[in-house]
Amino acid sequence: MTVTAEQAHRVSPGAAAVHTAVIAKRNVLRVIRLPQLLLFSTVQPVMFLLLFNYVFGGAINLGGAPISGSSAYINWLIPGILVQTAVFGATATALGLTEDLTAGVIDRFRSLPMARSAVLAGRTIADLVRNTFVNSLMLVVGFLMGWRFEQGFFKMLLGVAIALLFGYAFSWVMAAIGLITKTPEAAQSAGFLPIFPLVFASSVFVPTDTMPGWLQAFADNQPITVIANTVRSLMIPEEALAFLDLDQGALIAQSLAWIVGIIVVFGYLSVRQYKKSVG
Amino acid sequence: MVSQTEPAPNLRSRMKAVRTQNIVKTFGDVVALDGVSIEFEEGIVYGLLGPNGAGKTTLIRVLTTLLKPDAGTAEVAGIDVIENPVAVRHRIGLAGQFAAVDPFLTGMENVEMVGRLYNLSAQEARRSAEDVLDRIKLMDAANRPVSTYSGGMRRRLDLAASMVGRPQVLFLDEPTTGIDPRSRLDLWELIEELVSGGTTLLLTTQYLDEADRLSDRIGIIDHGHLIEEGTSNQLKDRLGGSVVEIHVQDEDRVAATAALTPVGGGDIRTEGNSIVIPAIEGSRTLAAAVRRLDEAHLEPRDIALRRPTLDDVFLSLTGHHAENGASPEVEPAPTGGRRGRR
Ligand SMILES: Nc1ncnc2c1ncn2[C@@H]1O[C@H](COP(=O)(O)OP(=O)(O)O)[C@@H](O)[C@H]1O
Ligand SMILES: [Mg+2]
Repeated sequence: MTVTAEQAHRVSPGAAAVHTAVIAKRNVLRVIRLPQLLLFSTVQPVMFLLLFNYVFGGAINLGGAPISGSSAYINWLIPGILVQTAVFGATATALGLTEDLTAGVIDRFRSLPMARSAVLAGRTIADLVRNTFVNSLMLVVGFLMGWRFEQGFFKMLLGVAIALLFGYAFSWVMAAIGLITKTPEAAQSAGFLPIFPLVFASSVFVPTDTMPGWLQAFADNQPITVIANTVRSLMIPEEALAFLDLDQGALIAQSLAWIVGIIVVFGYLSVRQYKKSVG
Repeated sequence: MVSQTEPAPNLRSRMKAVRTQNIVKTFGDVVALDGVSIEFEEGIVYGLLGPNGAGKTTLIRVLTTLLKPDAGTAEVAGIDVIENPVAVRHRIGLAGQFAAVDPFLTGMENVEMVGRLYNLSAQEARRSAEDVLDRIKLMDAANRPVSTYSGGMRRRLDLAASMVGRPQVLFLDEPTTGIDPRSRLDLWELIEELVSGGTTLLLTTQYLDEADRLSDRIGIIDHGHLIEEGTSNQLKDRLGGSVVEIHVQDEDRVAATAALTPVGGGDIRTEGNSIVIPAIEGSRTLAAAVRRLDEAHLEPRDIALRRPTLDDVFLSLTGHHAENGASPEVEPAPTGGRRGRR
């Protein structure tokens, strides 16, 4: 039997794009058709928003940052919550992959002449779509609670996009974790292991300068602070940037570097793990 | 190892659908496949029969490019699965041991999606999906979410998905394990219809009646070894012809076994209230058995000379029974841990 070059070699990039779209559509349909899933993935971040704003908000000292008068904290919080929500949402990638693994769906996919990367890319893209929906909702709730964007619509949108892109990058971290842990239960707990210290030891909820020195050193240099500060720098009044020592241009550059870096490293690791872990 | 009747000339010239040589696969200490060589032509149904843990799934996973063997070679549709997995994937369909269908999609969406992943265009995928759903008699339920399907319907849908790319060789791993007897019969009929159209099929099963009914050729696998191979009749002949089977009353069992032991020549077996002895001398063995029972004043409920069943073959080869097809046990839901562990 002769084998054409096209069949013998890898799947073409065009075909890989189609496969990715097909898998992404399947995963998005799952979210749409299981409304409970979407409900619970939105209830949790909204609860975080309400709790932090109304329970801790009054006690958190922003050092008199000229953010937005009486409702200063919500304007600090919303950019952080967007990042937190996107990162928490990324755990769905680990969960979804392990569910497919255990249901034998991945075996079917791997027996098909489809691109290896499509299963992972389709999954992460679907989770990005869902995250976009949830974060839009957060903005609406935030707006009702007093959040305002002060530097125009475009910069606000750029901020949201950066939070979502970081969530997308984090989906690749979660893909690697899911492929290593292999069961939904293990993925669930393992996925949150890196997330909790990164999200809470950061500028997501509070300024880092009240943290002990060693913790502050970590908090200031880890990606979630960088991303949260970037999103914040695109939404709060411009005069607050200098006060908070935020350099918008530099932050955007750092954010993009983190996003690209994480996608490259964990994309590679995930695809490698995908190829070997399932056979 | 197996003396086989020569295949008809037109069969011999046909292309091999599957050819493996000395496939070895170990998982830690477990030797799942211990040098398996099988070979069959296109157009036939090959039934791989073996108990749980025999290595059936592992062999299917090697042949469908999901698993690299530690040693040995394997070709599907004439293509090396290790060298050229993508080309093999273009030519095969797989329905795994557990139905890999999405409950939140409709039947049609499930099959169409797989069609798209076989690189069919959207229209082709749609047309092919309609065609296979029709053949598998699921067209009426095609637009319902799979979560509303019964277990048997899900297996059929899984089968439809495995065929949507019009594969040259189809692999079905325990297609009827865990479904109710009624759906099992339906599925058998469906598979028979499919293969009457000339589909090449490798199916695995724990059930003798299933292998017997569906397969043109049967390979018996146990502990990673292919221990016997041939048509159902060849396998039965190889056991050395007929057996005498005697059904007795419960209370007579021990006495009857003692009375018949000399007739059986050491090869006597009991299964519940039935006693089986090889009919070494044909009907004379039968007569001898009747005489011995009479002398012992035992009255059998039934006594007959019959051809050996596949179960007799299985037992004589492996020392244990195969599963009884009449009451398939319902398997628990799959857990991914084992599947994925290395
Ligand atoms: N991924 C795996 N990791 C460890 N052991 C495995 C794995 N897959 C199969 N095995 C072992 O290999 C043997 C053969 O398994 P399998 O091929 O699934 O048998 P069958 O399908 O005939 O029931 C069993 O002992 C099983 O436990
Ligand atoms: Mg199996």
